[in-house]
Amino acid sequence: MTLASYDPRVLKSNAPVPGAPDNWKRFFSFNTDAKVIGIQYITVAIFFLLIGGLLAMIMRGELITPENDLVDRTVYNGLYTMHGTIMLFMFIFPVLNGLNNLLIPTMIGAPDMAFPKLNAVAFWLVPIFGVILISSFLLPGGPANSGWWSYPPVSTQNPLGNFVSGEGMWLTAVALSGVSSIMGAVNFVTTIIRMRAPGMTFFRMPIFIWTVWAAQTLQLIGLPALTGGAIMLLFDLVVGTSFFQPEGGGDPVLYQHFFWFYSHPAVYVIILPVFGIFSELFSCHSRKPVFGYKFVALASFAIVFLGLIVWVHHFFPSGVPEWMRNLFMVTTMLISVPTGVKVFAWLATIWGGKLRLNTPMLFSLGGLFNFVFAGVTGIMLATVPIDIHVNNTYFVVGHFHYVIYGAAVMGIYGAIYHWFPKFTGRMYYEGLGKLHFFLTFIGTNLNFFPMHPLGLMGMPRRVSSYDPEFTFWNVVASLGSFLLGVSIIPFLLNMISSWVRGPQAPQNPWNAIGLEWLLPSPPPAENFEENVPTVISGPYGYGTGKPLVENQAAYETQSPLEA
Amino acid sequence: MESTTANNESHGMHASHNLTGFIIFLCSESVIFIAFFSGFALLKLNALDWLPNGVEGLEWQTPLINTFVLVSSSGTIYLAERQMARQNIWGFRGWWLATMALGGYFLWGQAVEWSGLQFGFTSGTFGGTFYLLTGFHGLHVLTGVLLMLLMLVKSFIPNNYKGGEQGIQATSLFWHFVDVIWIILFLLIYVWQRS
Repeated sequence: MTLASYDPRVLKSNAPVPGAPDNWKRFFSFNTDAKVIGIQYITVAIFFLLIGGLLAMIMRGELITPENDLVDRTVYNGLYTMHGTIMLFMFIFPVLNGLNNLLIPTMIGAPDMAFPKLNAVAFWLVPIFGVILISSFLLPGGPANSGWWSYPPVSTQNPLGNFVSGEGMWLTAVALSGVSSIMGAVNFVTTIIRMRAPGMTFFRMPIFIWTVWAAQTLQLIGLPALTGGAIMLLFDLVVGTSFFQPEGGGDPVLYQHFFWFYSHPAVYVIILPVFGIFSELFSCHSRKPVFGYKFVALASFAIVFLGLIVWVHHFFPSGVPEWMRNLFMVTTMLISVPTGVKVFAWLATIWGGKLRLNTPMLFSLGGLFNFVFAGVTGIMLATVPIDIHVNNTYFVVGHFHYVIYGAAVMGIYGAIYHWFPKFTGRMYYEGLGKLHFFLTFIGTNLNFFPMHPLGLMGMPRRVSSYDPEFTFWNVVASLGSFLLGVSIIPFLLNMISSWVRGPQAPQNPWNAIGLEWLLPSPPPAENFEENVPTVISGPYGYGTGKPLVENQAAYETQSPLEA
Repeated sequence: MESTTANNESHGMHASHNLTGFIIFLCSESVIFIAFFSGFALLKLNALDWLPNGVEGLEWQTPLINTFVLVSSSGTIYLAERQMARQNIWGFRGWWLATMALGGYFLWGQAVEWSGLQFGFTSGTFGGTFYLLTGFHGLHVLTGVLLMLLMLVKSFIPNNYKGGEQGIQATSLFWHFVDVIWIILFLLIYVWQRS
């Protein structure tokens, strides 16, 4: 085997490799370097974003007219099921894991993850379950089509009676995704707890590290519950047990408890790191320290705690007892307290700062705007009477997409632009970046805002035909979705062309504070190798002039290209 | 991949991460059991007729013997660890083998019990949860025995376990975990028979 002689650590040298795409073969190999794995994760995730987005655009194409005239209804059911599953399990989680891989070791001064091989296995599971999920389109009965939450008894019907069904493959893929996420979570938490640079106490960690720690803790607590539920559902589907089958004494609502005990916290697994990204980017591009650092850090864990006790609000109408509805309404509303702490801390961070309105900052500001909007509709949805009124309408879909696309994905875009120079060694093109931002921001609002009036008017989700009175807002939403599709083009152009022939990036293009900016761009395989710096102050010394580490000048060398 | 530099701690291959990672994994794994246990309790409490037709209940004497076997294996694995701490490799191997034998006996007892039962996993939620819980736990016992076999083989590599070994600690921790899960499972399934 020719690759046998290839050792990623050959790259380990004092002079870092100029430009990253050299030696591109490492991105197609079982590489254990967290920075390679991070880029692998992000690239694969964006590939699946394109597939999931294509499915969404077919749906919006169907919904541009009230009649069911573009795709068959069964196909439509498969489309929204696969859109949700692909976007969550194969885009958002992998892209965040990619950022974790890039940022955790570099931000805390570790050479790599605690378990590099486990890390690589966790990544390579993603394309495997991706292929399993996508190939279910080729089955005679089509892919899973019971919605991304896969409620029984709809999900256990299996009308064709084949042993290999779309639903079975869906469950297999979700279970593998769970295994991969648990491997990742064990790795990230161990790395954060045990591998920080000397002097980096918990309260000197960047907020991003705090939020990832919180999010991965949720992953560890919540995900096994979904895995348990998925195993039981798979047995119901394949071997004929009756855990969730009422005719056999089972309880379909029990599945909803299992599913949402994980899948509600899953939203926090997604949004918490994005909160961290907001804190990093607002602080850096406003040239001010994070306001209320300790509160912002600890609020992450308050969200973890509260996030674990709100899951029933997803199925208030499913025969949930009255006391349970009220209890979960209150806990759901309480979660806006730690979230509000963060929002006000961001505003106070920006307030009076010297704002640099570059692409990462624009994405963060846009994401914050969308997040506040989603927070307001979130409080509305938490209220039991409103929730029962708009349950299963487009209002819920709109709220959810404002959180996930409007806030989380925009934050992720911001992070990709912000750290792109660090990990590729190249600068991106600001003009294309801004074009990407404006298309995304307008497209998001055009696509997802109309879902709110539609939901209040009573348009149910997951239908391919609707009453003509809903036409206007649906046309607007469809146009917005096509705009979102277009918005990907400048992003891809920017990423590919910048990486191939963008201008060389200096060590610290943003004058940012943080251990990762004391590394060369791109960092060598083992980051600081033997010269791990000793941290002597908090992570956000903007405007204070305090050095972050001992002997800082030695690390602030000129960029490797000038050397 | 082993780093040979002096400040080994800062490098990713440091052994003590393994135990931290393993403890985090076990905490996470316990949630699957909590999910199954609470599912079992909810299904049982809400069932109209819990036992399938023709089934009187579960016989508990043999499982009780099995419980004693598994609990005492937690003691023997502790003794094995103590021998390892004293660098007495043969003492370790003796107690370790005894633990493996007790684990093997438990699995055999479980298999005998399964083969003599009057109901299958499709016999309502009673049958389904019974086989799910005992089967999933049995899988963990099997994993534990295989891990012990691996550690036993490793002990024959010269000087491999000279300074104590993370793998043995982790296996032992896993075994105690499996033991605690069984005690809860025994109380839930065999002791709590009348709803």
